[in-house]
Amino acid sequence: MGKTLKFLIPLALFAGLVALLFFGLGTDPRKVPSPLVGKPAPTFSLPALGDPGRTVSNADLLGQVSLVNVWASWCYSCRAEHAQLMRLARELKEVQILGLNWKDTEADAKQMLRASGDPYRVSAFDPDNRAGIHWGVYGAPETFLVDSEGRICYKKIGPVEPGTWETELAPTIDLTTKKCKESRS
Amino acid sequence: MSRFRLAATGRPGSPRTLSVVVLAGLLSLPLVAPLAGAFTLEEFQFSDPARAEEFKRLTEELRCLVCQNESLAGSQADLAQDLREEVYRLLQSGKSRQEVIDFLVERYGDFVLYDPPLKPSTYPLWFGPLLLAGVGGLFLFLTLRNKREAREQELSAEEQQRLRALLADDSTPTKDKA
Repeated sequence: MGKTLKFLIPLALFAGLVALLFFGLGTDPRKVPSPLVGKPAPTFSLPALGDPGRTVSNADLLGQVSLVNVWASWCYSCRAEHAQLMRLARELKEVQILGLNWKDTEADAKQMLRASGDPYRVSAFDPDNRAGIHWGVYGAPETFLVDSEGRICYKKIGPVEPGTWETELAPTIDLTTKKCKESRS
Repeated sequence: MSRFRLAATGRPGSPRTLSVVVLAGLLSLPLVAPLAGAFTLEEFQFSDPARAEEFKRLTEELRCLVCQNESLAGSQADLAQDLREEVYRLLQSGKSRQEVIDFLVERYGDFVLYDPPLKPSTYPLWFGPLLLAGVGGLFLFLTLRNKREAREQELSAEEQQRLRALLADDSTPTKDKA
């Protein structure tokens, strides 16, 4: 082995380490990948927010593509993403948005929807984190993209921002067959 | 650590109220601190001491997803309390240790385990350090061997002769005057 080559080995190792650490800078350790992606949505059955007589369950997911958005009135990021959900509710005719109102009070939740609009077809009311645990929710906001057969295509952790639908969520679903794209499951 | 993802503060309140609350909290800290670690697990009562022990062990081995460096037993996060309650419910309903672990892994992934399972996706985690130590050891061994070889190199006959000549000749002008 030549002297120059020997000299280059530590340099190469160092460059590799720098690349690894640089990659690490761009990843967020708070975002824990969900094992539920690609699997059927967990079974749930909850009263609807503001309409306790109506039940929201897996049946509401069947037949069309849904965004299941975990939200709460106390969650500032949820308030921040609210305008984006309103926009998606207006623009995406082939996708329904369902809410999972999480660890909230009914009065506060309804107040928030009155004040800033209601993008949800219906919101399931889960003050005690009963369904949340089964969905692997560990904070709000979280948004699940579910296909017409009730299978989870993608989980977005953190607020929906301008472009989130286009770049992150939409590529995981085929809107003509209304099914998850296999490669991403 | 709270359940809030980006905002560090709780329900809306004026900054002034908040600072008063924080100040009061800080002042009373010495009174509360000794109790803080204990209160969360006290409320979970088991009639069977073996189950109580299992609950304690499990919550210490499971990781809170909000405060990622804390166990379920140690975390004050709201979600940790929900998960402690769930673990309690599962154990009370007769589920085994493994069934409780499977329940959480199914929903939250291997991330909840402080002791990750051995499988292809965790091979780098388990074997990476061994590999690094192996490469380092090999490098050290090779370096040391090269050094010894260099030291043991004998002088050629010509060099021996020159060495003897240098040692024998005291009046050589290269010698220092000091």
